[in-house]
Amino acid sequence: MAEMDTSGGGGHKKGPGVKKAKKLSTRVDLTPMVDLGFLLITFFIFTTTMSQPTAMRLFLPKDADKPEEQNKAKESGALTLMLGKNTGVFYYEGQLDPTGSNFKSSTMKQIRDVIIEKKRRTPADDLVIVIKPGPESTYKDVVDILDEMTINDIKRYALVEISPVEAQLVSLTEGAGG
Amino acid sequence: MARPKLPRKSTSVDMTAMCDVAFLLLSFFILTTKFKPSETVAVTTPSSVSSKVAPEKDVTLVSFTKDGKVFLSLDNKAVKEEMARQINSSTSVGLTPEEVELFKDASLFGTSVGQLKSFLRLPKEQLNGQALPGIPAQDTANNEMVEWMRYVVLGHAAAGERMNLLIKGDNLAKYPTFKNVIDAFKKNDQFKFQMITNPEGVPEGTDLWKRFMQGGKISED
Repeated sequence: MAEMDTSGGGGHKKGPGVKKAKKLSTRVDLTPMVDLGFLLITFFIFTTTMSQPTAMRLFLPKDADKPEEQNKAKESGALTLMLGKNTGVFYYEGQLDPTGSNFKSSTMKQIRDVIIEKKRRTPADDLVIVIKPGPESTYKDVVDILDEMTINDIKRYALVEISPVEAQLVSLTEGAGG
Repeated sequence: MARPKLPRKSTSVDMTAMCDVAFLLLSFFILTTKFKPSETVAVTTPSSVSSKVAPEKDVTLVSFTKDGKVFLSLDNKAVKEEMARQINSSTSVGLTPEEVELFKDASLFGTSVGQLKSFLRLPKEQLNGQALPGIPAQDTANNEMVEWMRYVVLGHAAAGERMNLLIKGDNLAKYPTFKNVIDAFKKNDQFKFQMITNPEGVPEGTDLWKRFMQGGKISED
């Protein structure tokens, strides 16, 4: 199949010194083709198994109606992250200052350093991160920030509704600074 | 044409057969990769470092698209039958036995409970993310997901099946959609769920990476 006999009927031996270009074999070496075939097969085998989606677990707390039932967090150990639009992240430590002086802005890429720095400064038992996604934030941001919690090995974090004051502050900062 | 038999035989191996096999396998794999279950709802999932493979059995999947449409899919027929029974007993929808069969066969629900009857009669071509209105879950006051989840929970309890809650959200979906979905879970006392993501590498130098390097496992809970 892959080889063709081009020697034709002239199978007889030629004398020494007689050169004929026709004698060149046209037989194709299929080895590289087989190599390529198997390479692609391996690639497809691997991609089929690797495209298995993974899942991230999330446990929600039960809504506590009464304030006294809610978990108290130490102010010194709290870090609140607010998600704005276009992967913007805003954060403050402890309580939000009425003047907004401890309200800082960051991005999804830089927030890891903020979290790491906070984690280094705070005793492990006190550290709690409060995540407040704003109405403009996307699902991807939420998953990314929850992923940051796993990446930075944060034990205590909570997904909390953003307060109107904070939402306003976020949109104001977004409007001013872009 | 009569030829005299050559005394010398070629020592090179004929690669043709091997090539045939290789390409047969290749075409098989190319085709099977394409034959993965087609997505009726177009969703691009975000990525996470989680390495846990999503469960495939007894799955209750809630997916939401970037335009905020919410869909529910279930694979267990026994559960769906119980759900239909629950819907019949607690609402005035009144599914006929024929419609209950349709309900059992449906793999995707994207309508309010009230419009279930007309939804079940829709032809198959219209059962996709674009054509369906989705389960209304736009605001807290009118969150039909709560209703649907109640039937899902009741259906699982009645059929005695385990429940794997999965959320599959689009990258660009807004947070309020996600919030309404998890609110619906919370209202039905479902606090455990998983979010489908694409796998992603652990960034170097982080705490998780250090733990991973020390031979520790990524904790999943």
